[in-house]
Amino acid sequence: MVRVSPTRGGQPGLRGDKPGDPGYEENLAAFESRVSRGDKVEPGDWMPDAYRQQLIRLIHVHANSEICGALPEGGWIPNAPSLKRKLALIAKVQDEVGHAQLLYRAAETLGKSREEMIEELISGKAKYSNVFHYHAETWADVATISWLIDAGAIVNQTMMAEGSYGPYARALKRICYEEAFHLTHGYDMCITLATGTKLQHDMLQDAVNRWWKPIMMFHGPGDKVSRHTDLLMRWRVKMKTNDEQRQQFLKQYMPKIYQLGLTVPDEWEMRFDEVEGVWRYREPDWDEFLHVVRGNGPASALRLRTRKMAHEDGAWVRRALQSAAGQSAVGESVAGAG
Amino acid sequence: MSDTQWQIFEVFHQQVRGEPHVYVGSVHAPDPEAALILAKEQYGRRQASVSLWVVPEDAITATSYEDVDMFDHGTDKSYRESFGYETTKRIKSIVADRTESRGEA
Repeated sequence: MVRVSPTRGGQPGLRGDKPGDPGYEENLAAFESRVSRGDKVEPGDWMPDAYRQQLIRLIHVHANSEICGALPEGGWIPNAPSLKRKLALIAKVQDEVGHAQLLYRAAETLGKSREEMIEELISGKAKYSNVFHYHAETWADVATISWLIDAGAIVNQTMMAEGSYGPYARALKRICYEEAFHLTHGYDMCITLATGTKLQHDMLQDAVNRWWKPIMMFHGPGDKVSRHTDLLMRWRVKMKTNDEQRQQFLKQYMPKIYQLGLTVPDEWEMRFDEVEGVWRYREPDWDEFLHVVRGNGPASALRLRTRKMAHEDGAWVRRALQSAAGQSAVGESVAGAG
Repeated sequence: MSDTQWQIFEVFHQQVRGEPHVYVGSVHAPDPEAALILAKEQYGRRQASVSLWVVPEDAITATSYEDVDMFDHGTDKSYRESFGYETTKRIKSIVADRTESRGEA
C-alpha cells in the first residue's frame, strides 16, 4: 500500500508493459482511457513500455538541445555589444542549462539515469535539435536564434506542457515561463538591428537567410514522413503534429518578419494560401535534416568538443563538492534508478 | 565518470512568509547544503522566495495512486462539510414566518 519515493519511476520491463505480456491489453485499455480523459501519468503508474521509451527519447533529446543551445549563444557572451545585452545573454544561457537539468530529472523518473544521458550526449550517441548543429556566425545570428528559434520552441513546448506525462508537463510549464523572456529579448535585439543602420539591417537579413532552412526544419519531419506521430498523439505525448506546429509558427511569425522589413529566401516559395488559411512552402529536404541531426552538421563536431571540454573542466567542481560532503560512494541511493 | 549521479533531493519552495511550502521539483547533490545552493539557482532564481526546503528523496513515503480505496468515502460525509447544512434556507424561513405572523396580528 505504501510506496517510498513518489518521484522514482517503476522499473521498466517488470510489469507486463509490452504487447503479448499477461494483462497487457487490459492495462493498456485502462491507461488509454485515463490519458484520453486528460489525466496525468505519474512515475510509478503502469505505462506501456513504448510510452516510456518514447518519452525517454523525447525528453532526453529536449534536454540535450537545451545544453547544446547554450553553446552557440554562450560563445557570444564576451562579444556582446553592450553591458545590458551581455547580462541578458548570460541570464538566458543560465536558463537554458537549468532547463536541461529539469528535463534530465524528468526523464530520469522514467528509469534512465542522468549520468547515462549526459554520457550519451558527449559520446555523440544521443541526438539534439537540428538548429544547434549550425554556427552562430554574427551577433545577428544570436538575435535570430533568440527570437525565431525560441519562438519555435515555445510553440512546441506550450503544446507539450499539456501532455500526459506529469513530470515533463510540470518541467515545461516552468521552462515556458522563462522562455518568454528569451523570446522578448530576442525580438528586442532584432528590432534594434532591423531599425538601425543599413549595415545592421543587412546583417540581420543575412542571418535570417542562413537560418531559414534550419528554422523550417526545426519542428521535425513533415507528417508524411514522421514515423512516431500517430501513437504519440493517442497517448498525448504530443498534442499537435510537426506540420501543425510549423504552421502555427509561420502564422504567428511570418507577419512579424515582414513587419521588420525582412524577407525569407525566395527558394522556399513561401506564400499564404488565403483559401485554406495556411502557409505554402517548398518541403524541406528531410534526408538532409536526418544527416544533420546524426552529427554531420557544420558545427556538430565543435558542439560535442565544447560540451566534452566543459564537462571535463568542471570535474574539479564536482570533486570538491563531493569531498566537502565527505561521501565515499557516489549515487548509492539512485543506483537502482538506472 | 560516475561523478554526476548524486543523490536526489526534493525541493519545497515558499514564495512569501505565511504561505505553504510548495513542491517544485528536485536537484542532484552530494549533501543537503549543496542541494540548497543548487535549489536556489534552479528554483529561486526568478520568482520571489523567502525559504527553501530540501528533503532526501528516499525520506519520503507516499501512498500509491492505485490505492483509490484509501480516499474513497464509503458513506455520506456531508455532515462534516459546511455545504451539508442549510442554515441560510432555515433562517430565511424562520424570518419569513415571523413577518407573516406579525402581519396577521
